[in-house]
Amino acid sequence: MKLTKQLLPLLSLLAFLALWQGSAFYINNHTLPTPAAVALVFWQACVSGQLPFHLGVTLLRLLVSFSIAMLLGSAIGIVLGRHKKLDDFFDNWLVIFLNVPALVTIILCYVWFGLIESAAILAVVINKLPSVIVTIREGARSLDQDLLDMARCFRFSQRKTLTHVIWPQLHPFVMAATRSGLALIWKIILVVELLGRSNGMGYQLHLFFQMFDVASILAYTIAFVGVIQLIELIILKPLDRKALRWRR
Amino acid sequence: MSDIQINIINKTYPAIEQAGSHTAIADLHLSLKSGEFICLVGPSGCGKTTLLNIIADLDRDYQGSIALSQQSARPKIGYIFQNPRLLPWRTVRENIELVIEDSLSGNAIDSLLEAMQLTAAQHVYPERLSLGMSRRVSITRAFAVDPDLLLMDEPFVSLDAPTARQVRALLLSLWQQRPHTVLFVTHDLREAITLADRLIFLSTSPMSVISEIIVPIPRAERHDESAIETFRQQLLNDYPAIKQLL
Repeated sequence: MKLTKQLLPLLSLLAFLALWQGSAFYINNHTLPTPAAVALVFWQACVSGQLPFHLGVTLLRLLVSFSIAMLLGSAIGIVLGRHKKLDDFFDNWLVIFLNVPALVTIILCYVWFGLIESAAILAVVINKLPSVIVTIREGARSLDQDLLDMARCFRFSQRKTLTHVIWPQLHPFVMAATRSGLALIWKIILVVELLGRSNGMGYQLHLFFQMFDVASILAYTIAFVGVIQLIELIILKPLDRKALRWRR
Repeated sequence: MSDIQINIINKTYPAIEQAGSHTAIADLHLSLKSGEFICLVGPSGCGKTTLLNIIADLDRDYQGSIALSQQSARPKIGYIFQNPRLLPWRTVRENIELVIEDSLSGNAIDSLLEAMQLTAAQHVYPERLSLGMSRRVSITRAFAVDPDLLLMDEPFVSLDAPTARQVRALLLSLWQQRPHTVLFVTHDLREAITLADRLIFLSTSPMSVISEIIVPIPRAERHDESAIETFRQQLLNDYPAIKQLL
């Protein structure tokens, strides 16, 4: 039973590869290369240093824009969740920003600030910020008033209240914003790089598209998905386990 | 420690939709002597928790004042809520450490935990505790702040009788070791007579003091249930109005 549980993901992966191989063999066309061909391109791109460089550039952009969006979004979300008048005032702004297409924000940032790094980061932050605010605001609205009263009665400092009473309650909301954020941000970054940068995954994918190099497109995509999975496994899951260790 | 003066002229809840405004407390004046154990007895819903929340500075929307007789600063308060209100993501010990100043030594916490028979459970998370143990942690936390005033809002409600008796005995022993002024809310007259130096009976809608009675039974004799019952009967005979409150 336990063996089956461990084997199942492996079997699933093998089935996927087999399906891919079968389709590639059937189509027999360079628009769908075989897994082996993609693996070879992946290896060559790694050895040449091209893939690590462009992947690194994109990850750096992801790290910076994600950190800014999460920090700023959490702070604004907490404030709006706890102050109804401010929330009422800014609610329409949030709705507007939530519904502006990512492409429009990116183009406007490049037009207004030029094809520079900070414009690229700003475009990503503006796209992600509203959804972080909305998620954290929901968390801040549902904070346990009894525990906040307890903290006030026992004269907790603001810092102590934030660290020990508010933040643990916001944890599930922060993790939700983090996971959806990572998935969203890296897709936006690719568009940002495609439109206005001369390095990074988006730039490279654009180049491969012009050359109809599907093997390279797939190799770079697999590398990026792998990195995001690693972030989930190495950082997010352990964080979850640590933060929720008190649960039965 | 100073005496504490409580003067609440008016506490009114504003109207919400079809329900009109509601005056919960009117002209309530209490004087609490230092180290005194006072039980507030009144019917459910009469505003006892509102009163404790005002005293604890959790509700500032009222007319009146709460003051120590010898200083202008607010009294340091330990509050034992009806629901223990422990932080579920902190262990028993961390819940207690959080409310105290960093200066209080680990030994002081150890002795408090020992007095409340919680030493073995100090590294356990609250979700794994029984209700009785959670109440004991809540009591320990309130004592740990070394309060001028200890507020207790029906802390033994929903506990089975033997557990309530055990926690009550632990509370009394801790209070006798570290006497603080205590304001204990209950609607159980036997419990009030067992614990209090003075009983204060409260009316409902709006709440005010009906009568104040000193409990004459020496503390050493409070374990005698017949003495408690005799005094209770005497109270009910002498003050028929009390019957309406219970």
